[in-house]
Amino acid sequence: MTKKRAGVPRLPHLLGIEGLSPETISGLFDLSENYIDQNRSIDKRRDMLAGRTVINLFFENSTRTRTSFEVAAKRLGADVINMDVATSSVRKGETLLDTAMTLNAMRPDAIVVRHNESGAVNLLSQKVNCAVINAGDGQHEHPTQALLDGLTIRRRRGSLQGLEVAICGDIMHSRVARSNIHLFQIMGARVRVVGPPTLMPTDVDRLGVEVHYNMKTGLKDVDIVMMLRLQTERMQGSFVPSISEYFRFFGLDHEKLKVAKPDALIMHPGPMNRGVEIDSEVADDLDRSVIHEQVEMGVAVRMACLEALIGGHRNQIGAVA
Amino acid sequence: MSGNIYKSAPPHTGSTAYINARIVDPGADKEYQGAVLISDGKIADFGPNLFASGAPYGIESIDCRGFYLAPGIVDTRVHTGEPGEEHKETLESAGAAAAVGGITSLALLPDNEPPFDDASLIEFVARRARQIKLVNMYAYGALTVGLEGRELAEIGLLAEAGAVAFTDADHAVANAQVMRRALYYAKAFDALIVHLPQEPSLSGGHMTSGEMATRLGLAGSPPLAEVMMVERDIRLAEMTGGRLHLSKISTAEAVSAIAAAKARGLKITCDTAAPYFALNDLAVGDYRTFGKLVPPLRAEKDRLAIVEGLKDGTIDAIVSDHRPQDQDSKRVPFAQAEPGGIGLETLLPISLELVHNGQLTLPRLFQRLSNAPASLFGLPGGKLAKGAPADLVVFDADYAWKVDRVGLWSKTKNTPFDERPVQGRVMATIVGGRTIYRDDSFATATAAA
Repeated sequence: MTKKRAGVPRLPHLLGIEGLSPETISGLFDLSENYIDQNRSIDKRRDMLAGRTVINLFFENSTRTRTSFEVAAKRLGADVINMDVATSSVRKGETLLDTAMTLNAMRPDAIVVRHNESGAVNLLSQKVNCAVINAGDGQHEHPTQALLDGLTIRRRRGSLQGLEVAICGDIMHSRVARSNIHLFQIMGARVRVVGPPTLMPTDVDRLGVEVHYNMKTGLKDVDIVMMLRLQTERMQGSFVPSISEYFRFFGLDHEKLKVAKPDALIMHPGPMNRGVEIDSEVADDLDRSVIHEQVEMGVAVRMACLEALIGGHRNQIGAVA
Repeated sequence: MSGNIYKSAPPHTGSTAYINARIVDPGADKEYQGAVLISDGKIADFGPNLFASGAPYGIESIDCRGFYLAPGIVDTRVHTGEPGEEHKETLESAGAAAAVGGITSLALLPDNEPPFDDASLIEFVARRARQIKLVNMYAYGALTVGLEGRELAEIGLLAEAGAVAFTDADHAVANAQVMRRALYYAKAFDALIVHLPQEPSLSGGHMTSGEMATRLGLAGSPPLAEVMMVERDIRLAEMTGGRLHLSKISTAEAVSAIAAAKARGLKITCDTAAPYFALNDLAVGDYRTFGKLVPPLRAEKDRLAIVEGLKDGTIDAIVSDHRPQDQDSKRVPFAQAEPGGIGLETLLPISLELVHNGQLTLPRLFQRLSNAPASLFGLPGGKLAKGAPADLVVFDADYAWKVDRVGLWSKTKNTPFDERPVQGRVMATIVGGRTIYRDDSFATATAAA
């Protein structure tokens, strides 16, 4: 079954969720739905992006996201080049723009960028004349993750409108939390953030979310429980006293989950720290956990994003017509 | 703006009259139509009645065409790249930018490479200033060796060499014991200590804490990092009786704490820099690294409190906090960017916004820009007084233009005010009676007259 193509959103770049319209997001969801069927069939490959070049430029290690983007681009027929740039081995800053301009001169159609500094992908996008997709920048945004989370929920619940969503754990260091706060609110859901005060960003309530410091009130009657990874690598100084104390009060187990709605979905962007922020029994609960579905949606969403950015006819400068 | 720098103008001799000017006299808190007479580089006379019946006969006379004439600006917080990073700014390029900005005296921060913790560096600056022959240049001495906040620098020897005050520039002295001893010891030389009050353990972020930092995903420095250090410093100044000047006040709470200390009779003074009353943290939206400063740009409520502090006199002085940074330091991800912005050429027009907005009168503004900093630092300029050096600025307060970083005279272009519409343009800058900068339009008019 093919759905109509008239509503394909056209974007120059995908740098973040903040500022996107509900129509654009719905359009990307609709587009993704097409690819779910394709990905489940034996013949997974289309030639929509045949002849196009996609560069995955990762300044921060990531197996999951990079693989997902690679699979997505290849299934649309694009040529994919992976560049893993270890930040430790290059001089920062200058190299970012130098690398960007060097790659730009090779005339790629899209660059997928992950960087450990907030705003680095925005900066890079100003220096190239191809499409740029943010695959995660520092603690700022990770838009394709939010899109795949939204799509997962929409398929399970029909819509995001009116849902109560709890995003739990290390909000401060999480780009996933920021992108999801924006996306859920744009799509009409209400968002709570739950975690210890030391892991809450300053004035996070100004983003329109409800703030909870304990799981009991935070998870009460929610439709969606989204756990975040405790980002120990981003933590300088002491944010929480110990892993065991963190798990005791903020880790998700069946006991804490009791106050949520009985059919509440459990989500996690991965990779999970089992026994730190989520109990294995909950993570592997086939009735409630949609963690593997999220990964599947990830490929479809990234295919949709590539189509929206570089699937159209292109003029010589590189802007999508 | 187009004008000319006159480096090779000879020392002023004889008499020159500046007539038909709107005189801004911050000392008397007045402005009036009048004239100024300069003799041998010094102010000989001034007032509303001087040459009221027409241009004087037989001496050089310059018609100011109704433009304002005020004591030249004394900017006590300037960093250049000389010595150490001459590609960012030399003393000569800074001197030219200052002249274009109506600044007649400036004090250079000691955080160069090497830092000014040795008397020879203070002498180096004085020698270079004599060679460059533009604005008056003074140097701070380092407060602690290497600006590391551990051992006191040779305050006495540096003062003897001409250091006008002592500071660790943008490094706060974290150790209270070191600060206490510095304030005590400096008393022996009646030396002024200038401190940037930021509690270092709290101010490691890249912008001010709050909604904007949360949206951008940048680590924040909370505003209270400032008031905590202000309160510590007030206690130490009170205990030691040392002369303390707090620099770059940026938060509402710090203004209140200083106002309370002044009300108790303590002789503490402070300044703010132009960005803190003209910009707020929205200026770093979209990761604009030109808006990355130390301390960080704060919330709107803090900006308004700084304006109030300037109005009620809690804040004594305004500085440019000129800090050139090259493209390699700024065209990088925000967290990696070097902080600082240039400000010599925009100090006057940005400060004039306070006048155009009805927040300060022109005489009050020049108290903050010229009078107060000169008297705090013990510098000869910055005032209209018979016998004082003829350090003056002639300006059009209303001329509208748009800041364009490419057109600025500084070697680097990192202004946080790029593309801002402003009012105010310097027509002439006069140092010791010598005209060191003249706008083209003013030059033509003068020649024709």
